[in-house]
Amino acid sequence: MAHYRLKAPLSDEDILRLHAGDTVTLDGIIFGIRDANLIRLFDKKVELPADLIPQLKGSIGIHTAPGVRKLHDGTYEKISIGTTTSYRMDRFTKGLLKDYGMKVIIGKGGLLEDGSQALVDFKGCYFTIIGGSAALETTQVEAIEDVWWEDLMPEAIWKFRVKDFGPLIVSIDAHGGNKYKDVKKVAKDNLDKLLESLN
Amino acid sequence: MAVIDYKANYTNVWEVDDNFYQYVEDTCKTLYIESLKDLPPDVRRALERAHEREELESGKEILSTLIKTVSTADDQKLLICQDTGIPVYFLKIGSQVRFDGIRLQQAIKKGTERATLEHPLRSSIVNTLTRKNHGTSTGNQVPVLHYEFVEGNEIEILIVPKGSGSENMSYLKMLTPAAGIEGIKKYVLECVFESGANPCPPTIVGIGLGGTADKCAALAKKAAAREVGSPNPDPDVRKLEEELYILINKMGLGAQGLGGSTTALAVHIEAADTHMTCNPVAVNMMCWPARRMRATFKSNQEPIISY
Repeated sequence: MAHYRLKAPLSDEDILRLHAGDTVTLDGIIFGIRDANLIRLFDKKVELPADLIPQLKGSIGIHTAPGVRKLHDGTYEKISIGTTTSYRMDRFTKGLLKDYGMKVIIGKGGLLEDGSQALVDFKGCYFTIIGGSAALETTQVEAIEDVWWEDLMPEAIWKFRVKDFGPLIVSIDAHGGNKYKDVKKVAKDNLDKLLESLN
Repeated sequence: MAVIDYKANYTNVWEVDDNFYQYVEDTCKTLYIESLKDLPPDVRRALERAHEREELESGKEILSTLIKTVSTADDQKLLICQDTGIPVYFLKIGSQVRFDGIRLQQAIKKGTERATLEHPLRSSIVNTLTRKNHGTSTGNQVPVLHYEFVEGNEIEILIVPKGSGSENMSYLKMLTPAAGIEGIKKYVLECVFESGANPCPPTIVGIGLGGTADKCAALAKKAAAREVGSPNPDPDVRKLEEELYILINKMGLGAQGLGGSTTALAVHIEAADTHMTCNPVAVNMMCWPARRMRATFKSNQEPIISY
């Protein structure tokens, strides 16, 4: 298992180097996405703001809605930036990769079958960040550089600049590797044995 | 419920004055903010113990990240988790306290709103149908309030900001009497397996047994909010807590669902009696940042803040 330091934009080659179990530290730009903005984009079919679309090619997304303070000049100061559970946004994974060229999604809890398959089909990766560890994440966010769809506050789309962002675990890769699936398979065997012992 | 043994005693009645409601409002603001930043000592100890015991190297590393998060929150006065949760309050109301319940509820709600606007905190509360965020962490029937009446002349308010990662992994099943205790154990194991990595394990697994469906779910929440290392006083229930703790941690889901022996920090059960045809089980899990903070109000005293 290797450790990588990465910065977006990422290419297919960058992604194919990564395997489930590797660890990553990130610098640079990540985009905050989650339920409300992805529902608007993919279900209500509202196109993204024009200046955002080209920035998403090779980009890294993170499932989040941060706590922020709005300053007088209209910019935002971080209060608490952490990561939410990913399965709710699983069905948007394919669209983000296929239509907008996003390469990595950071989240917690893992993706479901469809989202994991999309990573294989469109060469993407899912990085796990430790859930509940916002205090740590917040210290690794240098700035909130931009925001779109502020009316969905706090579920707007956010542009964060991060430094030494991690620890991140490559938990689902573009080769079909999936740490969550591996653990669940072992846990299922254990569960079956435990249930059997209770009969 | 020891209602039968209760002898009403009104020798030390506390009739609250107008200042009381302001105290409650100010204190609830403090409780909400501080509970999000300062993890209770029992939860810290449980994380340390889990870190010592975990044998899987990757699981150990995850647990050390959790511990580092808690110390970073301490040092930099940051929120441990960005999810400010659904604010849930448990109230213990002394039988000798006289107050206006509506004003008390309003004070709790106002304190919650002020914490959100003045800190500021992320408001996570939306209208369930329109999905509109009110921006105040409050709304229709939020905060969620639970009441219990106890002897004495104090009021205790406990806040439990309940993160949604774990709240979304909640379960209820009306088992049959024939399923018995073994059926309860099986169902709990299946729920923990099903929830996988989502509730931010290692969790406190709160279990409600008995009552009606609604009572059972409320008991599960009460169990999840209990201090780690506070076994149920009923020996039968305690035995079940201990057995399930061992069984759950044998499953191998581990911290963050990425493997290891640290799936649950604790298993807590609250039980009520039930109908002869019923065997209700509810599961409500508490994510590893098991946040809670309480204030005790007494006559002529500043509120006392504790965990």
